[in-house]
Amino acid sequence: MLKNRSLVSIRDLSRAEIELVLDTAHKLENHRGRHLEHRQVALLFYEASTRTRNSFLTAVHQLGGSEAGFSSGEGSSVAKGESLHDTIKMFSAYCDAIVLRHPRDGAARWAADVSDVPIINAGDGKNQHPTQTLLDLYAIRATQGRIENLSIGIMGDLKYGRTVHSLVDALSLYPGVQLHCISPESLALPKSYGPHQVHQRLEDVIPQVDILYCTRIQRERLPDEAEYEKVKGIYRLNAAHLHNARPHMRVLHPLPRVDEIHPDVDVTNHAYYFQQAAGGVAVRKALLYLLLGLS
Amino acid sequence: MREYKVYRIEHGTVIDHIPHWNSLKVLDLLGLRQGSDLVTVGIGLDSKNMGRKDLVKVENRELSQEEMNKLALVAPQATINLIRNSERTHKHKVEVPDHIVGLVRCPNVGCITRHEHVPTRFDAISRTPLELRCYYCNYPFRSEELELL
Repeated sequence: MLKNRSLVSIRDLSRAEIELVLDTAHKLENHRGRHLEHRQVALLFYEASTRTRNSFLTAVHQLGGSEAGFSSGEGSSVAKGESLHDTIKMFSAYCDAIVLRHPRDGAARWAADVSDVPIINAGDGKNQHPTQTLLDLYAIRATQGRIENLSIGIMGDLKYGRTVHSLVDALSLYPGVQLHCISPESLALPKSYGPHQVHQRLEDVIPQVDILYCTRIQRERLPDEAEYEKVKGIYRLNAAHLHNARPHMRVLHPLPRVDEIHPDVDVTNHAYYFQQAAGGVAVRKALLYLLLGLS
Repeated sequence: MREYKVYRIEHGTVIDHIPHWNSLKVLDLLGLRQGSDLVTVGIGLDSKNMGRKDLVKVENRELSQEEMNKLALVAPQATINLIRNSERTHKHKVEVPDHIVGLVRCPNVGCITRHEHVPTRFDAISRTPLELRCYYCNYPFRSEELELL
């Protein structure tokens, strides 16, 4: 179903394909094997990454494969001015798949068009981050038993946050999902992302939702420092806010957090962001397994 | 209403119902500034439906279907009249193509097409009003933001 395909945008997947990835991730969660033996996966990270890069690296190793690539553009041929086109052409000749993180919107689609092997988008500018979305969905399903008919709050930078854009796209495939967006007006979700309820106060939303998805205000993506100063620290979830949350409500975050979730939330039953991040390895193993047609 | 001060042509194409001031964009889009075609431009002509409109006449040249569709980017309501022996033989309405390749710059400054040698490509997501989405970065935009390459 997914063999030899690239994953550039969550929109590339149907609901059935998303479910296949999540089911495969569940099966592979504690699995180690030699499915990728004698195969190489290129990890081309033009931007810094901790969780995404290392969970892909761990996934490759747990499936018995090896990796090539770089973890920042510096020190590679990229620093000498090589185009993305040429870098992709070269690595697609060396490797069986390419995991790409790039600062430009649309870089992954361009890479997929020129590559001879599957491209997995590990984040392109402010556009898409589909593997994060799959692990977000994995966490939602694990904690709520389903994705459809849930009430989901999304808080923070909804304008520039690529994890938000990918997640909203994916949730549109599930009937009955109610979206509550909590952000300052300047960082609101673009209207093109479909129907959603808009809130400015976090406290109004907490009792209404099954999932609260928090995101960081991304200093590096705002147009200037003055814009950042206006909105930094605007939402800070703490344990006291959760007194009227539904008992099964879980707080998710793509991490890293800055100050939008106080550490006192970590010890509540609502915190799930570390388990969510841990699921990233299983999801990325599932993607490699399916896109490379492993058995 | 006063008569148009744009003379008849014997052979060629008349592009009518161009939004006021967009005739210059039409010239750019069809490469008429560089060519040797005899071109007549009317700017700010009276129009019952549009208030003011522009009009372009190109002598001894008939537009291809592809060229006509390109016009939809800057003149979505344009009508195109083919003239042979001073008679109108065909009248076409423009149609926005499903995909627009290599004609328009992506307004998103962070788009890969603004930083690498990538031919731009857009999908038409709405025709009235005209709205395009970048195939690469997914940025949706309306005709007001449209910039020709």
